[in-house]
Amino acid sequence: MNKLLLTVAKRLGLGLFTLLVISLIIFLAVDMLPGDIATEILGQMATPDAVAAIRAELGLNLPIHERYLDWLGGLVQGDLGNSLATDRPVASLIGDRLMNTLYLAGLAALISVPLALGLGVLAALYRNTLVDRVVSVSSLAAISMPEFFIAYVLILFISVQLGWLPSLSKVDADQPWLDRIQLMILPAITLTFVTCAHMMRMTRATIINLLSSPYIEMARLKGLGPWRVIVRHTLPNAWAPIVNVVVMNIAYLITGVVVVEVVFVYPGLGQLMVDSVAKRDLPVVQAASLIFAATYILFNLIADVVSIVSNPKLLHPK
Amino acid sequence: MMQRINDAQVHPILEIRDLVIESQGRPKGKRLVDNISLSLRPGEVLGLIGESGAGKSTIGLAAMGYARDGMKITGGQVLFDGVDLLSLPDRQRRPYRGARVAYVAQSAAAAFNPAHKLIDQYVEAAVVHGVLSDAQAREEAVALYEELGLPNPETFGNRYPHQVSGGQLQRAMVATAMACRPEVLIFDEPTTALDVTTQIEVLAAIRKTIRDHHTAALYITHDLAVVAQVADRIMVLRQGEMVEEGDTRRLLEQPEQTYTRDLLSVRNLHKKESAPDDTVLSIRGVCAEYHRGTQVLKDVSVDVEKGRTVAVVGESGSGKSTLARVVTGLLPPTEGSISLHGETLSPRLRERDRKTLQRLQMIYQLPDTALNPRQKIRDIIGRPLQFYHGMQGAALEKRLRQLVDMTELGTDFLDRWPAQLSGGQKQRVGIARALAAEPDLIICDEVTSALDQLVGEQILNLLLSLQRDLGMSYLFITHDLGTVDAIADHVVVMRKGQVVEQGAKSTVFAPPYESYTRLLLDSVPEMDPAWLDHVLADATPQG
Repeated sequence: MNKLLLTVAKRLGLGLFTLLVISLIIFLAVDMLPGDIATEILGQMATPDAVAAIRAELGLNLPIHERYLDWLGGLVQGDLGNSLATDRPVASLIGDRLMNTLYLAGLAALISVPLALGLGVLAALYRNTLVDRVVSVSSLAAISMPEFFIAYVLILFISVQLGWLPSLSKVDADQPWLDRIQLMILPAITLTFVTCAHMMRMTRATIINLLSSPYIEMARLKGLGPWRVIVRHTLPNAWAPIVNVVVMNIAYLITGVVVVEVVFVYPGLGQLMVDSVAKRDLPVVQAASLIFAATYILFNLIADVVSIVSNPKLLHPK
Repeated sequence: MMQRINDAQVHPILEIRDLVIESQGRPKGKRLVDNISLSLRPGEVLGLIGESGAGKSTIGLAAMGYARDGMKITGGQVLFDGVDLLSLPDRQRRPYRGARVAYVAQSAAAAFNPAHKLIDQYVEAAVVHGVLSDAQAREEAVALYEELGLPNPETFGNRYPHQVSGGQLQRAMVATAMACRPEVLIFDEPTTALDVTTQIEVLAAIRKTIRDHHTAALYITHDLAVVAQVADRIMVLRQGEMVEEGDTRRLLEQPEQTYTRDLLSVRNLHKKESAPDDTVLSIRGVCAEYHRGTQVLKDVSVDVEKGRTVAVVGESGSGKSTLARVVTGLLPPTEGSISLHGETLSPRLRERDRKTLQRLQMIYQLPDTALNPRQKIRDIIGRPLQFYHGMQGAALEKRLRQLVDMTELGTDFLDRWPAQLSGGQKQRVGIARALAAEPDLIICDEVTSALDQLVGEQILNLLLSLQRDLGMSYLFITHDLGTVDAIADHVVVMRKGQVVEQGAKSTVFAPPYESYTRLLLDSVPEMDPAWLDHVLADATPQG
């Protein structure tokens, strides 16, 4: 167990280092964005003096390494800086949005992960039969369609024609949570379509791969039925690769939802980031990017830990 | 316990009639098992013996109404207690499997599920088949673990498969198979993967268990001497067909078929010792470790002289393969040195020059994995010719032809892929590749252990004739004392990383024996059916 903690600590350290490198990349990339916040604030007709005054006030004239260190220093103390457009602290801008994004990702994961694993097991159990083909083809078809297309198709049928659910998902914190979930269903289903196939294929492939191992043959020769063979003898050994894909997809659900949020006008972090890019509100863009990067690093760490914990040789040493 | 009633009158518990099993993949329709019939009375043990491809495992699985992927039972009957398993749908076959006929696989390490505790895997079949309650099964497991001589039987089952040794795991698998007190057990090479000294324990445990519980068994193996210890009758198989069948003693003493006689005479190869010559390889005081603090080699010194074979023999964990890794530079020693013709070698492979690499070649245990499947034989053997000797064009072609000729392959093999070759042929390619470099010394790491006995003997013969013609020196690593006798001049016996004894073959393998050497020699099964009884009666004290 100590070994496990040590591994986690090492990965955590490595993750922080990666984050540092990423922060630099983000800062440079955002800095290279064309356009200028001062012009954006004052409009195209502003006098050069006014623009220069605003730039000086915002600290944009300082050399790039100073600005980076300044930003990094703030970050370490938990200060994400102030929004250039609204002058409010970035943290307060992002806070609600991030929670909204996490709620949506959570709901989508709650639907898509069990569904994908179940379909994967089913496809493996009835491999090369009609069930397998229907599951595989439909999930591949779902992943092949762009998410905005799926979103509009769902809106067309479920909101417009059937009128079951609203087409806009403008949630706010004052609504009862049941109403909010109702508003989140359509975007969550759209995300399910997008992420399901990958996890389902991995589950199917991993199980089928394990089905040819001697201990599975042994389980069959003990007279066990096909379900028991898969659930008790195959799945416990399949977690490591499956969890990797699941975790990567959950990370995608948090970071890759920009398009879906825009289509459904869902007030999440992705939409905030898109708006901020348009406004050249650099501190917000930087903070949002950094959160996305941290999400990926954190989930990678989780995947590693799960694969260690699911390996009996590592969990129960000699 | 049932009495041994007059056998002839007892109804057979298992009867296989005219069994035909065909392959489904390529080549489609090839008969893997051709018209095999056998019958097994309660409490009787029938040995199925043959080389790989004989169909013996396939028959064993068919006895449970099971065929592996890519195989199909296309004809015949498998009557278990009068019911034809093959005529039943899968759902109705399951109550037989594990409950009335159970399977013991070759590699317990692979056949136990790594994710579950041993006792949970013991209990499973009994509970699923409704033979015992969970609590009863756990109680019986402990009793059976004890019966099979497993350490701390009360807690043994709480361990995971990777936490116990190979011999213990194999016995645990016998216990697991016995969980429902089946009437028939199928043993598929249950001791093949074990060391000789462990093999005796497992063999004795198996024999005791099936006798005590009056269980009938099909005992599948390639080793006649092993099957002679447990079987009442033996059936010899070759390429899916029966060669002959008979009472164990009769078959060993008066085999009717030439093939059976060949199998019996396999261990008769014996090399005459040659005189010492100039030293080629000198290993001096080598110590090595994989992890800091756990020494796997302790002060090992071995010399190999020109034109001679030094056999390093030992059980798993003895450090014999590690020694090969140290010599090749894959594992730098912590102490000691390696020299070739008096010239000290760099401890690390990376720091050795091309000339050194060329002078030390290796032949591997598993010819299947040692050859790149995407290269033709021409490229595999040609690579060292180009790399070490810069050969090209006609000279290269000429040398390639010489090499396949020397290894008795024939020039048409040059344009084949490894997948088109048999195990023995692949090993010949491995030898040709090593020879291509024109080395001073070849390290042979268990080169025959993955091969059938007859094929292995041909490979040993080839190595001996190459030694005679080219004056080649071998450092020969093996666990098999029969192989040592066949090929060695000088023997190094290793145990737990140390050299227990070394000397000329004629002194090591002659009285007075060193005690561990004696244990190894005594553990090698002999064709005599009474051998195991004698060994057990002598009561080897190591427990």
